[in-house]
Amino acid sequence: MNRGRDWRGLLFVAPFLSLYSLILIFPLFRGAWLSLNQVDLFGDGHFVGTGNYIRLVHDPIFGRSLINTFKVTLMIVPVLTLIALLLALALNRAGKGAAVLRGIFFSSAVLSVTIVTLIWRFVLAPDAGLLGELWKSLGWEPLAFLSAPNLVLPAIAITTIWWSVGLPMLLFLAGLQQIPEDMYEAAALDRATRWTTFWRITLPSLTRTVILVVMLQTAAQLQLFGQAQLLTAGGPSGASRTAVLFLFETAFGRWELGYASAAAEVLFLIILAVTLTQYWATGRAKGAVGGR
Amino acid sequence: MASLELNGVRKSFGATPVLDDISLVLDAREFVAFLGPSGSGKSTLLRIIAGLETADAGEVWLEGRRIDSLPPGERGVAMVFQHYALYPHMTVRENMAFGLRNARVPADEIERRIGDAARVLEMDQLLDRKPGQLSGGQRQRVAIGRAIVKQPKLFLLDEPLSNLDAALRLRTRVELAQLKQKVEAAVIMVTHDQAEAMTLADRIVVINDRTIQQVGPPMEIYDRPANVFVAQFVGSPAMTLIPAQLTENDSERARLKLGDGAEVETAVPRAGLRAGGELRLGLRPESVRVVAASDSMTKAKVELVERLGERTLVYARLANDQAIIAEDEGNSRVRIGDEVGLKIDGSAAYLFGPDGTGHHRLES
Repeated sequence: MNRGRDWRGLLFVAPFLSLYSLILIFPLFRGAWLSLNQVDLFGDGHFVGTGNYIRLVHDPIFGRSLINTFKVTLMIVPVLTLIALLLALALNRAGKGAAVLRGIFFSSAVLSVTIVTLIWRFVLAPDAGLLGELWKSLGWEPLAFLSAPNLVLPAIAITTIWWSVGLPMLLFLAGLQQIPEDMYEAAALDRATRWTTFWRITLPSLTRTVILVVMLQTAAQLQLFGQAQLLTAGGPSGASRTAVLFLFETAFGRWELGYASAAAEVLFLIILAVTLTQYWATGRAKGAVGGR
Repeated sequence: MASLELNGVRKSFGATPVLDDISLVLDAREFVAFLGPSGSGKSTLLRIIAGLETADAGEVWLEGRRIDSLPPGERGVAMVFQHYALYPHMTVRENMAFGLRNARVPADEIERRIGDAARVLEMDQLLDRKPGQLSGGQRQRVAIGRAIVKQPKLFLLDEPLSNLDAALRLRTRVELAQLKQKVEAAVIMVTHDQAEAMTLADRIVVINDRTIQQVGPPMEIYDRPANVFVAQFVGSPAMTLIPAQLTENDSERARLKLGDGAEVETAVPRAGLRAGGELRLGLRPESVRVVAASDSMTKAKVELVERLGERTLVYARLANDQAIIAEDEGNSRVRIGDEVGLKIDGSAAYLFGPDGTGHHRLES
């Protein structure tokens, strides 16, 4: 009787479970299995054990792509978090003006990466781009953002920040609106200056949101792909090749599916490790913050 | 010296007026309750005194200093918020020290004041906890402690007991009464609970409909309500009001005829009342007794019986369908549907004129 009921229950979740298994669980294990094989798109390939991983460790291109990924993530996440927070602070008020500006700042988030990179090509191109013209009008030599090895990552970072600032801004706005008004009134009666109020009331109340934004953005930017692919195709000479771009090229350029899968697994583990570290930090911060 | 003085304070939110020409003077160390229903403007008045709202017109003075143009922190007032408004990421100690640090009070002085307040409020063991780890009653005490350490000239309490459960509310009420003895400052408490106001305040300011309806000590508010609103708002259950006619007689006291024909002689002087005017007789339950038919002045049909233990409230209707609340002994046998005899104690009755103003009985 009991057992029969269990089965009937399972029936209800079966549609979801089967879809979930098909599009998430299966590829996860399939990817892990592929990474232990030498496979191309044709034929079954053969088992090589940890061969692909050993090759990855010694592959300078992969190593460089990882370093590029970390660099660009480090360029994006702190700046993005700060800008989103500042925008939220500036726009956290009633009134039409603020509402319109909130909409404008969020609007970039709805664009596809294709449009975003197209727009930023127009901005960054040294000969006829917006920044180029600006530089020229100031009498300076235009910077070759997309072809100078030390400028491509900042250029991609700027593009990404512009594209991604909407969601964190919304999260911060939501966080700000959760802070009860009477706490600010209590602070006013406690003679807190605006500065003190920000550092001692607003910012500590936003701790969780800050951590959430940093976690989400770190996980997202470690997978940065479209901007690098479309703006520079990883160039010049690999200076902007990110980890996902590397595995895209390996899988769909050189058709080395096993090797690309191994790279994907490594990236997966890195993101997992980073996220878990941040999650652990969140737990500690939560313990420190406490309830109201 | 007077503590707080309000002169002609007015306030509107947009086109909606919320306070109209409020003037009031508090004595030194006086505990005053602002009593009124929701939306009466009492909280707005408190916030104007605190500086969290600005008045459209009028002056606010505290101990001889005009404070209405000063920012909240420099007015010499401390406030206990309805939802406590503790800083959740600071410990109790830091919550209490925050305002003092901002005011640049020396560290040892801060420590001393926190220690004193913690002793008075019996919360030494809570000082290193965060608000999230405290019960509602403890948070309330922290909020009071945060106000005390500032050594303000005036305490403002916004519905301080409304967030506590019934048992805790009674205990905290006692604590607030004790606190009143210990602090060297005037206290204003906003409340919609007349029992809180009656038990704690030296004087009650009844506020309704944007204005002060009456100011006076609790028993004066209860015994000599200025108008129908005060009469019905103070006292539980609310006073029964019965339309009545002044009868022609040569007594010095007003004698009134109720709709069902019963006549009640009040202790209110007849002089000053116009015959034929629409008067209303106010009866608190304790002045209407359920009695044997032979003793009764009038009869009523019982609609609801509320047994409170030491007494029983009988909600009934007179022959002319007028609702009335009477009192009976705790072990009353009255049941719903019974017809009971009522005896009205006219000497304890209240009388209100056509405009709602109270006419008071002579002091005996």
